[in-house]
Amino acid sequence: MAEEVIKLTKKGGSTLKDKVMEILPEGGNLNLCLTCGACSSGCPATGLHDMDPRKFLRMAALGMDEEIKNSPWIWCCSMCQRCIYVCPMKIDIPQLVFNARKTVPREERPKGILASCDMALRSDTCSAMGTNEEDFQFVVEDVLEEYREAQPEFKDMQAPINKEGAYFFLNQNSREPVTEPDEMVPLWKILHLVGADWTYGTKGWAAENYCMFLADDDAWKHIVEVKAKAVDDLGCKVWLNTE
Amino acid sequence: MNSDWNKDLKIKFTVQDPCQLVRKSFGDPVAEDLRFVVKSVVGEENFVDMTPNRSNNFCCGGGGGFLQSGYAEERREYGRLKLNQILATGAQYAITPCHNCHAQVHDLAEHYEAPYHTVHLWTLICLSLGVLGPQEREYLGDDLKEVNVADFTSMY
Repeated sequence: MAEEVIKLTKKGGSTLKDKVMEILPEGGNLNLCLTCGACSSGCPATGLHDMDPRKFLRMAALGMDEEIKNSPWIWCCSMCQRCIYVCPMKIDIPQLVFNARKTVPREERPKGILASCDMALRSDTCSAMGTNEEDFQFVVEDVLEEYREAQPEFKDMQAPINKEGAYFFLNQNSREPVTEPDEMVPLWKILHLVGADWTYGTKGWAAENYCMFLADDDAWKHIVEVKAKAVDDLGCKVWLNTE
Repeated sequence: MNSDWNKDLKIKFTVQDPCQLVRKSFGDPVAEDLRFVVKSVVGEENFVDMTPNRSNNFCCGGGGGFLQSGYAEERREYGRLKLNQILATGAQYAITPCHNCHAQVHDLAEHYEAPYHTVHLWTLICLSLGVLGPQEREYLGDDLKEVNVADFTSMY
């Protein structure tokens, strides 16, 4: 039970919910809540910062945009969409969360996500850890060479980089080449054994995209476009992103 | 690829359904594909599903930028649901086919001192194929450090 009476400060005009409804198909069904609570009962974020999905939607419906913007909960929802899956009305609460993130000034959004996005924007590798084209290529070739020598069964194994016309363009999370390069090898072995025609690219190889989580649409779009261009420039047919 | 290596060991495995792969992209059919692969690799009798599962599974808490958000305490509280789900299976290993899931599920085990190990699917596929070398076993427990290790020196 709330201990204090909530005083609504809505002064008319467009609220967060109204704006989000304009951009979502079917308005994200944001006006259809039956308050059944199926969303909240199966949400791992329920209870964090005294919030849950049903309450969040109620607050949006009441125009409590400031309270929503100021709640750290918008960064504790992983937008996993389980609430939509169980909702009898298929209400798109995760999109409401995503758009609530946008109402926070960019520089006030969580530093870790912000820094990861900004780092990715600095080069065409799109690496959130700032790994450049040369370093990525060096690590891949170095690890490959080491394994080809140590494991003769894989002496012909390839980890192609910028191979034009390869069928698969494979992304790689920055963490592997940077902090645990041996973890790349099992995947290479599987691709080798099944005879897959694949390649990495020095541009656009990093799988992660923190600009999406930052809710910075322009930066998110930029990252996706850089990666898609890298795939197209090599003439690859399928873009494999392991994220 | 087969599960003979685990016929006598009977090590139990569960699998995390990545939200991005299952609920948000390809739905239950890909969750079935995932189980087909996992069962082929570890043996059907050694696979224990979590509850709930497939499209109805819970997010681990590694997605949406949570791992980088700075809200570590909240992230681990969120993840207790996943932790308890895994513990309820009694499995010694949680297979995480997604990179974020791997980081989060692994962190949950460390933080809460849970007894399960967290492994990538590719590690187990290579293990069952008999091509997993000794350096590629970072996330395997002592019980699997020396199982089915590829003996590359004797091949040539």
